[in-house]
This record gives sequence, structure tokens and C-alpha cells, in this order.
Amino acid sequence: METLVTQVFNGLSVGSILLLAALGLSLTFGQMGVINMAHGEFIMAGAYTAFVVQQTLGAAGLSLVLSLPLAFGIGGLLGVVLELTLLRRMYHRPLDTLLVTWGVALVLQQLARDIFGTAGVDVAAPAWLAGPVQILGFSFPRSRLFILVLAVLAVTAVVMALRYTSLGRRIRATVQNRQLAESSGISTRRTDMLTFFIGSGLAGVAGVALTLMGSISPNLGSSYIVDAFLVVIVGGLGQLKGAIIAAFSLGVAQSWIEYTTTASIAKVLVLALVVAFLQFRPQGIFTLRTRSLV
Amino acid sequence: MRSAKRLRRALAGVALLSMGLGVAACGARVDDETGSGAAAASCVDTSGDSVRIGFLNSRSGTMAISENTVYNSLAMAAEQINEAGGVQGKQLEVVAEDGASEPTIFAEKAEKLIRADCVAAVFGGWTSSSRKAMLPVFESNDALLFYPVQYEGLEASENIFYSGATTNQQIVPALDYLKEQGATSLFLVGSDYVFPQTANKIIKAYAEANGIEIKGEEYAPLGHTDFSTIVSKVRDAGADAVFNTLNGDSNVAFFKEYKSLGLTPEAMPVLSVSIAEEEVGGIGVDNIVGQPVAWNYYQTIDSPENTQFVADFKARYGADKVTSDPMEAAYTSLFLWKEMVEKAGSFAVADVQAAADGVTFDAPEGTVTVNGDNHHIAKTALIGKIGPDGLIHTEWSSGEPIEPDPYLESYPWASGLAG
Repeated sequence: METLVTQVFNGLSVGSILLLAALGLSLTFGQMGVINMAHGEFIMAGAYTAFVVQQTLGAAGLSLVLSLPLAFGIGGLLGVVLELTLLRRMYHRPLDTLLVTWGVALVLQQLARDIFGTAGVDVAAPAWLAGPVQILGFSFPRSRLFILVLAVLAVTAVVMALRYTSLGRRIRATVQNRQLAESSGISTRRTDMLTFFIGSGLAGVAGVALTLMGSISPNLGSSYIVDAFLVVIVGGLGQLKGAIIAAFSLGVAQSWIEYTTTASIAKVLVLALVVAFLQFRPQGIFTLRTRSLV
Repeated sequence: MRSAKRLRRALAGVALLSMGLGVAACGARVDDETGSGAAAASCVDTSGDSVRIGFLNSRSGTMAISENTVYNSLAMAAEQINEAGGVQGKQLEVVAEDGASEPTIFAEKAEKLIRADCVAAVFGGWTSSSRKAMLPVFESNDALLFYPVQYEGLEASENIFYSGATTNQQIVPALDYLKEQGATSLFLVGSDYVFPQTANKIIKAYAEANGIEIKGEEYAPLGHTDFSTIVSKVRDAGADAVFNTLNGDSNVAFFKEYKSLGLTPEAMPVLSVSIAEEEVGGIGVDNIVGQPVAWNYYQTIDSPENTQFVADFKARYGADKVTSDPMEAAYTSLFLWKEMVEKAGSFAVADVQAAADGVTFDAPEGTVTVNGDNHHIAKTALIGKIGPDGLIHTEWSSGEPIEPDPYLESYPWASGLAG
């Protein structure tokens, strides 16, 4: 029983981290068809933001809370700069966006190396997140519970924004039929830019969460980008519901297989499962229904 | 469907990208000539008042974080030797190459240093795969490599001098220490590649001979960042101690998870063999304070040689810089080569090899001596604990230098491991 509870929790926890890393990507990939290889580096930027804030403020609790909005802003700004300077010129050329953003990712990694050094740095968890907490006789790490809650909040915020704000309506209209949205008076360019701001900002938030889990180094982004893409592709492009289900399924599968076999085998088996799944459903868990002709 | 089309395009893009990477990797392949054919006559030029040596470290790529520190201490050693009059009266002229964290590039650059730059000896390498890739190059060209990092043992080449620890100078003493502390069961956690797998074979043989139970053995892929399941397994197994052979960033995720599950060094210590002063900051002192590590050198060693070494390093590279075991072993290797050359009275490889046995140097770690049979050096084993200051403080010492035994021939329980 204890193993069952622990492993289900570990699975949900892995899933919540995958979801945080993939949420922003799902927005930008889904809406604009941009394969943003620099998304991982936006996550890294968020993590370094948390580091800088903690170096400046010291107090771990306050600095963590302050880091979240700040990392959102910095990730978002990086995204907007990327969108305005490069991506805007190459919509509908996914291969080119892939190469260009990969180049940007390399540049950002080197920039991080030059600014923060090659050695990893550490962000200390605040006292209220250190150690385990006892719930119904089981012990759970507080930091992982925090990340789980953060992921749920982030998803809820995105869903609410898409559903109930005018920006959300514009985004949905642009996703469903760009030309029609344009001719109805929606500035799709402005919508694209704002979507990119939100998507990249979410990467920054994911970065802050990751500082509670592991290392902050210039390589941080590359460790998460592949998993994030897996979630987006399995979930179905631009499908938040799909991304949520995919992230938690992959997380639980990874943890369970890892518990019964080894971490290396779990990685291989999860990839094999994804490949098999895509054979039967190449469009992912959910498909976007669209009236567009293309 | 538009999205399906997009997905196909996206996947095609990813496939194209990985193909591109494959082609790039092929481009870096070493010529077929490498490692084959008769040894070319040495082109080392000793007629002038300087002599060339080669430094070959990863200045870029994933290993740069560690190998840049080794490069720095090698550069300092060369500068100090030159200031003191050089080797046999000749100034050292360093040719530095970047191994770029790729074994094939290490082999290629070693070939270049030996044949084109005509260096008298090469210093560098870190990963075992880089050493294994360079080994045939040095053997076929009959040249010398000085390798500074602790490794998994079971190797000895005429053309390599190993100034880091072999297993009987680090892993076996670490096991002796845990046994002395009363550990009767162990859990093994390591990265999934050659060093941890080989180290764990040795640990299991030792455990069997000493009545220690192995409660579990887990490997994580290099770069693995989620240790929730592995640490849950460690907690549930309830061993007396954990033996940790994880490498790189994985250590950060492991120790953060370990602490967040409420596991402490008092209840279940984690003994590590690849975390040095340099790594402690990245892991976060709070997450690892009180945990034991096994090496042959710590920055806190109290000796005149080490005080000087640490002061020189900080003066050159900054007061916030720390010194670590591989850095010290690299620094020492350059001085050992100098002693060998001066004892031989010659820079020729055969003369240096013949003179090597018994050469000593008062290194920062203490006096070390070269073993002429297996080209390793005698080193004192130390177990230290990580203090709140982020430095490692010696808790246990073998007291005297341990003779190197890379094939563990003097340990009955290890028979059959080398095969």
C-alpha cells in the first residue's frame, strides 16, 4: 500500500514537472506551428532568475515567491524578442524555425555560461519547503507538493484566460482559422506576440519550480526540452487537455516502470510506448477540429 | 488536416536535425591512419632552449565544467616550472588543445599534438572514454600521456602515467571506512556507464567477502534529473549506508530529493566518490552537509606544500576558487614528469619510462612515488566530510601512501574481476 501511494505520488509529481515544462510550448507550438527549440533555455532563464533574486534578497521564502512573477516576465520578454526579431519572418516554415530557435538556444546557453560560469549554482529551498510532510501516515516531500500545486494553478490560469478573456478568445480564433480571424478584425500578429509572451513566461515559471528539484546550469534547458516535446506531441498539438493527460500519463508510466525495472529501461520503454501510440494516433490524444481548408 | 500536416512537418524537422548531427559526428571521425601502422620516429625538438608539451582538456562541451579547472592547474604548474628555470634548463612551451568532451576529438587532437606539434608529453583527459580513445594513439606513436583523474582501474599502459587514484586507493579504502563505521548493508546508486558499473562489481565482490549485504543497486542514465523513484527505493530498502557513483548534474537532483524525503547523513550516510570541492556549491551545501566523500586530496589538507598550492591558485584565479583532487593530481603530474626527465637526463620517451620507477614529489596531497611497473602512483586515501563552509574536512586517513594495484591482484576477493 505504501509503495502504491508513494509511486502514484511520484508519478503525479513527475507529471506535474513535465506539464509545467510543456504548458507554454503547447501554446506556442499549437497556435503558431513554431517549433521552439529555445523553450528549454527560457526555462533555464527562469531558474537563473530565481538564483539572482535569492542572491540579492537572501530570504529564501520571500525570494521564491517574488521569483515566480519575475521569471514569468523575463521568460515572456525573451520570447517576445525572439518572436519579433526572428520568428515573425518565418511563420509557415517550421523547418526554419526549428533551426533558428536551435541556434538561439545555443547562443543563450553560451550567454549563461559567460554570465554565471560553467559550474552549477544552487537556489536554497525556503524552510517551509524543506523536508517531508506527513499526510495520513504517508510522507511526501514538501517541495514536490508545491510544484504539483503550482502546475495545477498554472494550468487553471491558462484555461481561464483562454476561456473567459478577450485575449483568450482571440487566441482561440487565431488557432482555429487564422485567415477568418484576420478578416474579422483580429490583429493576429499582436495575438501571436501575446501568445508567445504567455507561453515563454510559463517556461520561466517552470524554471523557478525546477530549482527546487535539481541543478541550475547552462545545460538545464536541454534536459527538459525533449520531454516537453513528447508531452506536446502525445497530447495533440495545441490541446491543453491533451497536454495535461499526456504529462500525467507519461509521469505515472515513467515512475511505475522505473520502480519495477530501472531508470534506463523506463526511459526506453516510455519512448517505445510513445512511438507505438503515435502509430495508432499520429494526431495525438486530441485532435483540433477546424474548418480551415489547409 | 492541418495539424496532422504540421505534425508531420515537425517530425520531419526533428529527423532532419538528428541526421545533421549524425553527419557532423562522422565529420569528426579520426582518420583511418590513427592507431595503425608503425610508430613514427619522434619529432620532439630539444635542440633549442625550450621544449614543447601538450595540454589536452575539454574546454568546451559537457565536461568543460570539470576539465577547465584541471587546465587551470596545469597552466599554473607550467608557469611555476618555467619561473624556477624550466625542465633541464629548457623553458616549457605549452600547446593547448580542446578535446571538446568528445572521445574522437581527444584521439584526433592527441595525434596532432604528437605528430604535428611534436610535444614531449601530453597532460589531460578526464572521462574514461576519452582515455580509452587516446590510449591506442599514444601506444602506436610511442608517446606519453599523463592522466589526472581517479578511474575504474583494470588498466595499465606503458605510455600512460596515472596520477589519479586507482580503485584500491579510493573505493576499497572507502569500503574499509564504512565497515569500520559498522555498516553491514549497502545500497548502490550510480550513473549508467562504465565507471559506476565497474566500481559496483568491485564493491559487490568486497561485500561478499566481508559479510556486507547489498540491499539494492540502481543506475540512472547520465543527465537523469528525477530521482523520486530511486530515492524512494533507497528509503524503503533501509540500508546502513549508500555508495554513490553518480556523475555530474544527477548528484544535485539526487541530494535534493534525499534531503526532501527527510533522509539524513546520520541515519543513512551517502558516501560519494566523484563529488569534490568544486561540485559542492552547485549541489547546495545545505543539501549535502555532513555527507562523506572519498578522495586523496582536499583543499583543507594542512601542509606547507598545500598551503602554498591553494594560495598560488587563489592568487592566480580568484579568492573564491577552490582546489580539488583532480586539479591537484594534474598539477602533480607535471612535476612528476619534470622529475622523471631530470632523473633520466633526457626527454626521450624510452629514457623517461626507464627512469620513472621511484620518482617522488612532495605534492600538496603529501609525498607521492611513481610505481615503475604499472605507472600509477602511491597515494594516501582520505575520507572527508562536507562541512558547513562547503569544504571537505578529513575524517579518516589510511595514514600512509597505498601502493597502486590497478588489477587488485593483492586482494583475494577480487580474483576474477579483471577477466
